[in-house]
Amino acid sequence: MADAETERDAVLDALDNVAARLADEKSYLTDLDSAIGDADHGANMQRGFGKAAEKRDEFEELDPNEVVQNVGKTLISNVGGAAGPLYGGSIMFASQELEDGITADTSVAFAETYLDKVKDRGGAEVGSKTMVDALVPAVHTYKKSIEQDDLPPLSALAKAVDAAERGVAFTVPLKALKGRASFLDWRSVGHQDPGATSTLFILEALLATAETYLDGAVERDAHAADAARRDE
Amino acid sequence: MIGLVVVSHSAKAAEGIADVAAQMGGGNARIVPAGGDEAGIGTSPDRIREGIESADDGDGVVVLVDLGSAVMNAELAIEMAADVPAVIADAPILEGTLNAAVETTSSKATLDSVVERAEDARDYRKLN
Repeated sequence: MADAETERDAVLDALDNVAARLADEKSYLTDLDSAIGDADHGANMQRGFGKAAEKRDEFEELDPNEVVQNVGKTLISNVGGAAGPLYGGSIMFASQELEDGITADTSVAFAETYLDKVKDRGGAEVGSKTMVDALVPAVHTYKKSIEQDDLPPLSALAKAVDAAERGVAFTVPLKALKGRASFLDWRSVGHQDPGATSTLFILEALLATAETYLDGAVERDAHAADAARRDE
Repeated sequence: MIGLVVVSHSAKAAEGIADVAAQMGGGNARIVPAGGDEAGIGTSPDRIREGIESADDGDGVVVLVDLGSAVMNAELAIEMAADVPAVIADAPILEGTLNAAVETTSSKATLDSVVERAEDARDYRKLN
C-alpha cells in the first residue's frame, strides 16, 4: 500500500482522467444513446464527472475513500436518469471497501461491491444489454487475476479492461431487457449499449492512471482486438 | 400520520397526482410531490430525499413511483434519508397514491397497511 497522500493523488488523477475521457467521448456516447435510449448519456456522464473533477480542491483535504465517496455523491446529484443512482450510488456504497487504503485486495473488494450494487439496484444480469455486460467480465477477470494468478494489480487491471471491451462488443447483437432500450424490444438488436461503453471508457481511464502510479505501461491483451475483428 | 411522496419524471404529473389524492384524503393526508429533476423531465434523488424528510412526521413515509429511474432514485433517497422509515409501494402511481391517501387518514394506518392499500390498485380495471 502506498501512503495515504499518494493514494489520494492517484484517486484525484483518476477522477481527472475519467472526466477528460468522458468529455472526449460525449458525442459518441450520445450517438449510441440516440439509437436506443434518450440521447442523454454522453451529456449526463460528462456533466457528472465534470462537476466532480471541479471539486478537486475540496477533495484534496480528504482521505482516499472519502474522495471516492464524495465523487459518488456528486454523481448522484448531477448525472440524472438511471445512471445517477447506478454509477454514483454504487461508487458511494463501494467506497467503504477502501477505508483501510487502496491495495490489491481492497480494490478487488471495491470492484465486487460496486458490481453487486449495480446488479442489485438495476436488476440486470449478464445478457440484459447493460453496463453489467462490461462489468461482470471485468470484475471477474480482475478478481481471478489478483487472487488466483497472483498478477500485479496493473496487469490484472489491463486484463479486466480487455474483458470489458469484449463485454461491450457482446452487447451489440443482444435484445435489451432492462432500461429505456428495453422499450424498443427487437429494434434494440444491433446497437452497442451506451452504459457498457461508458463503463469501458472509465476502466480505460483508470488503467491509464494506474500506469503512471504503478510503474510502467502494460501491453493490452491481443484477445480483445481479435474479438473485435471477428465481429467485423 | 404516515406521509406520502409522489415521484414522477414530470414535476407537473407529481403535483397533479398529489392534488387529486389530497382531495381523496379529505385534505388531511400528508402528500409531497417530488417530480422532475434539475434538467426538467427526470427524477432526482436529492429532491426525493427532501420530499421524504418533509413528508415524515415520525410515523414514516410511503413512496409512490412511476418508472425506471424513479424506482432507483427513490431507493437511493430512502438510503440517504436513513432516519426516516420509508418504503416504496409497487403500485400504479395515480391509483396507488389515491388509495394510499385514503388509508393514511385511518387512525389504524401503518406503513404496511398503506403499502398494501396502494398495491391493491394494481388489480383495478377501468372497464368491466
